[in-house]
Amino acid sequence: MNIVACVKQVPDTEAQIKVKGDGSGIEEGGIKWVMNPYDEFGVEEALRLKEKFGGDVTIVSLGPARAIETIRTALAMGADKGIHINDPAFNNADAYGTASALAAAIKGIPHDVIFCGQRAIDDDSGQVGSILAELLDVPQLTIVTKVEIEGKNVKAVKPIEGAQLVIQGTLPCVITAQKGLNEPRYASLPGIMKAKKKPVEVKDGAALGLTAEAKAQVVKMTPPPARPPGKIICGDDPAQKAGQLAKLLREEAKVI
Amino acid sequence: MSKGVWFVAEQREGVLRKISYELASTARKLADALGGEEVCAVLLGGMGVESLASQLGKYGTDKVFVAENALLEPYTTDAHATAAAKVVKEHDPAILLLGASVQGKDLSGRLVGKLATGMATDCTEVKIADGRLLAVRPMYAGKCYGEVAIASNPQMASLRPNVFPAIENAKACQVVKIDAGLDPGKVRTKVLEVQKDAAGKVDLTEANIIVSGGRGMKGPENYVVIEELAGVLGATVGASRAAVDAGWRPQSDQVGQTGKVVSPNLYIACGISGAIQHLAGMSSSKYIVAINKDPEAPIFQKADYGIVDDLFKVVPELTKEVKKLLA
Repeated sequence: MNIVACVKQVPDTEAQIKVKGDGSGIEEGGIKWVMNPYDEFGVEEALRLKEKFGGDVTIVSLGPARAIETIRTALAMGADKGIHINDPAFNNADAYGTASALAAAIKGIPHDVIFCGQRAIDDDSGQVGSILAELLDVPQLTIVTKVEIEGKNVKAVKPIEGAQLVIQGTLPCVITAQKGLNEPRYASLPGIMKAKKKPVEVKDGAALGLTAEAKAQVVKMTPPPARPPGKIICGDDPAQKAGQLAKLLREEAKVI
Repeated sequence: MSKGVWFVAEQREGVLRKISYELASTARKLADALGGEEVCAVLLGGMGVESLASQLGKYGTDKVFVAENALLEPYTTDAHATAAAKVVKEHDPAILLLGASVQGKDLSGRLVGKLATGMATDCTEVKIADGRLLAVRPMYAGKCYGEVAIASNPQMASLRPNVFPAIENAKACQVVKIDAGLDPGKVRTKVLEVQKDAAGKVDLTEANIIVSGGRGMKGPENYVVIEELAGVLGATVGASRAAVDAGWRPQSDQVGQTGKVVSPNLYIACGISGAIQHLAGMSSSKYIVAINKDPEAPIFQKADYGIVDDLFKVVPELTKEVKKLLA
C-alpha cells in the first residue's frame, strides 16, 4: 500500500503567541516548533496501515527550512521517505495554495491513501485536506476517529454533533485525523539514527510547476480582545459564596 | 460581476439547524451593508426539504435555491459539494457563507477546492469594508486574531456556531427548484450507520452553558458533582486535556486547542488551572466562571467571576442555589 501523510510544523500548544507590533504576523523568536498534533495522528495511522498491509509511507510537508525537523520526526517514527516543499514564495500560502503544492507533489507519486490532520493548530483553517482531495479528485473522510481498510473499501467513524457516523468510501482517498484516532508512538533512538539516512527530496514551486498565490490573505493580526477584569467572590463559607455567584449569574450577567 | 450574499443552509433529517438562522441573519446584514443586495440560500436535502425554505425567509432570505434528491440525504461530501458548486457557479455570488459546524467544515473545504477561491474559517465577526468582505477569526485557537480579506470570488467565510445572532426579519421569500446535477456513480462515500448519543445531549460547540472539570476533579467518579450542576442549568459537560488524557472523560468532551473551541454564554471551569491551550479553547465564551482552590491559577485572569475554594464544597452548593433560583 502506498501511503502518504502530510505534516505541518507549528508552534507547540504551550507556546505564548505574540503578535508583531505592525500586525503582520507573530513573533517567532523563542517558539518551540513541533509536528501539528493532528498530523501526528495521521502519521501514526499511516504507520499502522503499513505494518498491516506492507508498502511504504511518504511524508509530505510544505514549509521553510526548519520544517525538515518535522519531516525527520515522522521518519524517526517509522516513515520511509519525505518530500519537503520549500519555497519562500509559499511562506504565506493560504489553504488553496498549500493544498495545490501538496497535490502537485502527491500527483507525482503512487498514493492509495493520504492522511492529513483535520486542522493545523496555528492557522486553524481546517481546509487543506478537503481541497487536496478535490484537487486529486478522490473522496474525503474528514475528522475521523477510527479507520478500517478492507480491500478497496475504507470505513471510518466520524463524530458529529450529537452522534457518530460510520462512513464508507473507497481508495484512493484523503482521510483527516481527529484526536482519538490513535495514540502516536514516540520515535525510538535507533529510529532517530535511521531517520538521518532516509531520503528527503526538496522541491520548490518551479519544480512542481506552480506559482504561489494567496486568495485568502491575513491582512492584519491582533492580540485577542482583552476581557474586563473579573470579580473574586470572597468569604469563608462555600455555601454563601455559591449563593452570591448564582445571584450574580442571574441578575448581573443574566445568563441563567 | 459577482453579486449577492449567499449561504449554504444546514439541515439534518428535515430539520434546519440553528446555524442556518445565524447564517441567514448574517448574510442579511452583509447584503444591507452592500447597499441592499439579494440574500440567497442553498438548501439541499431529500424529498420534502423545500418546506423548510419559508423558515429561512423569516430570517431575511430573499431567495432559496432548493435541490431535492435522495442522494442529498443523509449528507455526503460529494453529493452536497457537487450540487452547491453547480448552483453557485451558475449565479456567481460575491460572498458565500457556511457554518463552521462539523458538516460545514467538511463541505466548505471541498467547495473552496471546487470554486478555486479563498475562505476564512470559523469567523467570529464579518463586515464589509470598501465593498469587500472583511472576516475576523481566531487563530492559534484564539491566542490571536486575524483579519482576512479574500481576493477571489466568491469570498467564502464559515461562521462559528453560537456567535452570530439570529434575527427575525421576514422577506417575501422566493423558492427556486434546481437540479442537483448528481451522478450516483460520483457519490463516492455513503453513511452506513448513525449512532446517536444519549437523547437531549447538546454538543459542546452548540451549548449555551458548559460546565467543565479538570485535573482538580481528582477522578472520573467525581464528575457526578458537575453533571448535577449541568443538569439543573441545562448545560453540557466539558473537560480539560488533563482530564481526557487521564481517561476520565471521552475525547469528545475536551475543550481547548487540541479539542473543541467553544463559545457558550456561560462557561463554568471547575478545578481547571487554565493551561494556555485550554484558555485558547474557551476564552471567547461570553461569561466565564472559575472555581479553583489555587488563587494563583491562570484561569482567574480570564474569569468574570471567581471563587477561590474547594470545588467539592462550592459546586454542590451552587447546584442547590441555582435550583432555588430557577424553581
